[in-house]
Amino acid sequence: MTKIEVTVDGAKVSDEVEPRMLLVQYLREKLGKTGTVIGCDTSNCGACTVHLDGRSVKSCNVLAVQADGHEVTTIEGLAKDGALHPMQAAFHECHALQCGFCTPGMVMQSIDLLNDNPKPDEQQIRQGLEGNLCRCTGYHNIVRAVQTASGQEVNK
Amino acid sequence: MIPAQFDYLAPTTVEEALAALAEHGDDAKIIAGGQSLLPVLRMRLNAPEFVIDIGRIDSLRGVSDDGDAIVIGAMTTHVDVGKDPLVAEHATLVTKAIEHLADAQVRHRGTFGGALAHADPAGDLGAPALALDAEFVITGSGGERRVAAADFFEDFMTTAIADDEILTSVRIPKHTGWGAHYEKFVRVAHQWPIVAVAATVKTDGGTISEARVGLTNMGSVPLRATSVEQALVGQPATDDAVRRAAASAAEGTNPPSDLNGDADYRKHLATVLTRRAVLAAAGA
Repeated sequence: MTKIEVTVDGAKVSDEVEPRMLLVQYLREKLGKTGTVIGCDTSNCGACTVHLDGRSVKSCNVLAVQADGHEVTTIEGLAKDGALHPMQAAFHECHALQCGFCTPGMVMQSIDLLNDNPKPDEQQIRQGLEGNLCRCTGYHNIVRAVQTASGQEVNK
Repeated sequence: MIPAQFDYLAPTTVEEALAALAEHGDDAKIIAGGQSLLPVLRMRLNAPEFVIDIGRIDSLRGVSDDGDAIVIGAMTTHVDVGKDPLVAEHATLVTKAIEHLADAQVRHRGTFGGALAHADPAGDLGAPALALDAEFVITGSGGERRVAAADFFEDFMTTAIADDEILTSVRIPKHTGWGAHYEKFVRVAHQWPIVAVAATVKTDGGTISEARVGLTNMGSVPLRATSVEQALVGQPATDDAVRRAAASAAEGTNPPSDLNGDADYRKHLATVLTRRAVLAAAGA
């Protein structure tokens, strides 16, 4: 077992974990943060995307021990004082989900995308989300949500 | 899927990492960004007893200017290499290849040295490194040695790095002012290329004076299309001339056959993608 100290959604936690434990397992099984989901479990689909020190990563492809001393933000850490994060609000407004399974990862990656490029065009949005799969193929409304959150004109 | 059990070591200096390698040798595996290794461990294709994490060795990160070459620390992430102004100016081909390497999340975590040391023939960085005559700086207990890109890639996922050594940086000779393009052919976004071509050219008034062309996934290692490079010299950067030169792109290659296409298909792709890559690199 290895001792780790991680800041997760603003709260410092310390734990003893097996080195082989994946970050996504740690978040879900040890911290109960089941808002971050496991989709493909092969680092393809992006459903498990969280922010590590402010940048998006696939948490099924990071070991919990690698996060020692670092800061993790999950989908559960976005809303402040009961108010949705603007990206969550935009997903809600644009109905950017069908079954909803990819949504936590899509929201986290969309926030990273706008942090990097506050006014992406449609092509840049689609490319920026290429590591996130929506098996309902509901991409159009997801693109509209990112356009809305970035204060840009929305595709008809 | 969860990796088999292992012990985790997190050295903070290259010396400590080398000592750990010397002690655990064959039973140890180095983890850089982990974007290739973790899927391998999760699928239990490999089950090392020790995983040595070099992610806490700060000296392995960053890009610096060293006169005729730029030096990319092995643990510099793809996103940091992709945004680096020195790389963009002197090794534009690398910047271009990283734009379409995997996806944003993987680029945030994956590292330049890790991807090259993994040496997947479908990886996007081998062909640019080869085309730019990169030198690999490999550190062992006896000190540093430099290996030319042409000698670094030995076989499928096999490099010149010995079991007790670490790839610490990659030196890329400056190709300042050269146009560059990485033409990648994929069936699905963010996947490995079926074939890709890395081209960088120096042009003088619309004439190509020098050219370097690297091929991704056309054999067990990245390859140089030397006959194309030679045929391009002195040619105008026009569709006709480049098409003729690119016709020999698949010469001497031995591409795989798989669900994405057989070897002949890949050989055809290599000629088409070489033409596109060279024309784009020449700004034509």
